[in-house]
Amino acid sequence: MTEAIDFRQAGFSAERPFRPWREGIFAALAWGATAAVTWGLPDVIQWGATGLFASLAGLVALVFLTLAILVPLRGWQGGVLTHYGPWFIALGLWLLVWEITTAKLGWLPKPFFSPPQGLLHVYMTDWDRLLICVAYTARLWGLGFFLGITLGFAGGVGLGWSKRFAYWGMPLLKLIGPVPASAWIPCAFFIFPSTFHASVFLVALASGIPVAILTASGISQVNRSYYDVARTLGASSRWQIRNVAIPAALPNVFVGLFMGLYYSFAVLVVAEMLGAKFGLGWYLQFNTAYSAYANVYAALVIMALICAGLVRALFSVRDRVLGWQKGIL
Amino acid sequence: MLDHATVQPLGLTFDRVSHGYDIGKSVLPVLEDVSLDIQPGEFVALLGPSGCGKSTLLRLAAGLEVPRRGRVQGDGRPVTAPGPDRILVFQDATLFPWRTVRGNVEAGPGARGELAAKRARVDEALQLVGLEAFGDAFPHQLSGGMAQRAAIARALVNDPRLLLLDEPLGKLDSLTRLNLQKDLVRLWQVRGFTAILVTHDVEEALLLADRVVLFSPRPARIVQEVRVDSPHPRRRDDPALIATRSALLAKLGVLEDV
Ligand SMILES: Nc1ncnc2c1ncn2[C@@H]1O[C@H](COP(=O)(O)OP(=O)(O)OP(=O)(O)O)[C@@H](O)[C@H]1O
Ligand SMILES: [Mg+2]
Repeated sequence: MTEAIDFRQAGFSAERPFRPWREGIFAALAWGATAAVTWGLPDVIQWGATGLFASLAGLVALVFLTLAILVPLRGWQGGVLTHYGPWFIALGLWLLVWEITTAKLGWLPKPFFSPPQGLLHVYMTDWDRLLICVAYTARLWGLGFFLGITLGFAGGVGLGWSKRFAYWGMPLLKLIGPVPASAWIPCAFFIFPSTFHASVFLVALASGIPVAILTASGISQVNRSYYDVARTLGASSRWQIRNVAIPAALPNVFVGLFMGLYYSFAVLVVAEMLGAKFGLGWYLQFNTAYSAYANVYAALVIMALICAGLVRALFSVRDRVLGWQKGIL
Repeated sequence: MLDHATVQPLGLTFDRVSHGYDIGKSVLPVLEDVSLDIQPGEFVALLGPSGCGKSTLLRLAAGLEVPRRGRVQGDGRPVTAPGPDRILVFQDATLFPWRTVRGNVEAGPGARGELAAKRARVDEALQLVGLEAFGDAFPHQLSGGMAQRAAIARALVNDPRLLLLDEPLGKLDSLTRLNLQKDLVRLWQVRGFTAILVTHDVEEALLLADRVVLFSPRPARIVQEVRVDSPHPRRRDDPALIATRSALLAKLGVLEDV
């Protein structure tokens, strides 16, 4: 009896030995290798912040090593952290390759390319200007985007709902839609009282047009029987727009919002092309003109991260608003 | 249950109504010279081969369409637009997928700004169709039969004077179907609305209706009207009912051969 129990207990503990989080270890290795290479090998081309980058990479490697032990202890398997395990490894390897091909071998030369420590150097020395640029861009983008999607949505509802509105509006929208933002510059700067207004207009246009087109097509595609039901229930046109047309079109509207978000970011550079004194788009152009590509990359990384964050936020709004779709798609 | 209030039933007249749909350049005739006089409070069942125009007739009665020729009148006034006193339960439930079941039932009162007064009625309607536990479910989480029941609740909560039912029980399992048939009759007796029911099921028509109207294949003409006088509750093994049923089935069978 006791023997059998002992056997099972032994089997039990033999079945579950302490297993560190494997991807965490590999991530630590990748980041550690980056740190070692950065620190150990001589730079072909001098960049600032080499030591700092090496220490940061080493620190990250240590964090992953700690996590590799903590994950099985705390039972974090299957969480967000372990989900992104392969990405952490890939990121470490990417930095390693980047470091070797730029700073250590010089295959990708200055000034067109910059090693990671080059970007870090920019963040270290130019952070105050970057921060101001982010603030300026946030103001421009926020005003332009929200103005654009509000007007685009309202216009799209009108176009989708009213035949007469669509008769005049749809051809105009189709003509305006494909015109590149830069083509608007002369017009915009002439019409608007300040360059800031003109820039807001460009961002609003870029984000509003896809929203308008997709809202209109979404509303015109709504199954007619929903309107039949609403009408037999005694619903007014207003109620039908608010409670049938718009909810039914919302999946399309969100596609338009995602497109508008991407376009609005793409147009920032153009919108800040003339007259702007600060802003990420302005920063990009200014530094491109001086061949300060490390600064360009540094600003691009910030823009990409902000855009990705906004996309993510929009996804969570969509999941909340379109919860009823779950299981249909 | 929904028993307290009775409604003033609506009398409906089809006067030599013909209707059709534009298909390309030609017109597809759907109804031909249909005259039908439905008394206030009457329960009429419409029978006919698939595609003959039964749903079209209900759309005309609801006011969703205006006939090409002839007149449709409710209480002597022409029916030109839909309204909440004539509610149609569509052949496919057509619930609003973005509203919960409760939200769907609340749609009618909400649209007319009567929701505050009718909240209790919404609960009663859900209870009546056995969906009180599914008020917060979304339509895609319902079975076909449950969706159909939700659609019936959405109609009933408006106290229609004329209830138009387009094969509402077609998708239900036989047990729910029997129960809902009983509920329908009871509701109709208590509330006193006028009812028009489209069905494929001859037995169902004979169990529920005062009058069964038989249509020809498209374009639909009235072929026969059968009055059913036996009192409710009716039994499906009633010999008179069985005899009428065979007669109607024969008629339908002959029709399908034409
Ligand atoms: N909106 C429409 N446009 C064109 N044709 C239509 C339209 N609605 C119905 N029809 C046609 O009218 C005819 C009658 O349709 P209806 O839906 O009234 O038939 P039904 O008797 O209800 O058939 P079922 O029993 O199969 O539901 C069909 O041939 C159909 O194709
Ligand atoms: Mg039909």
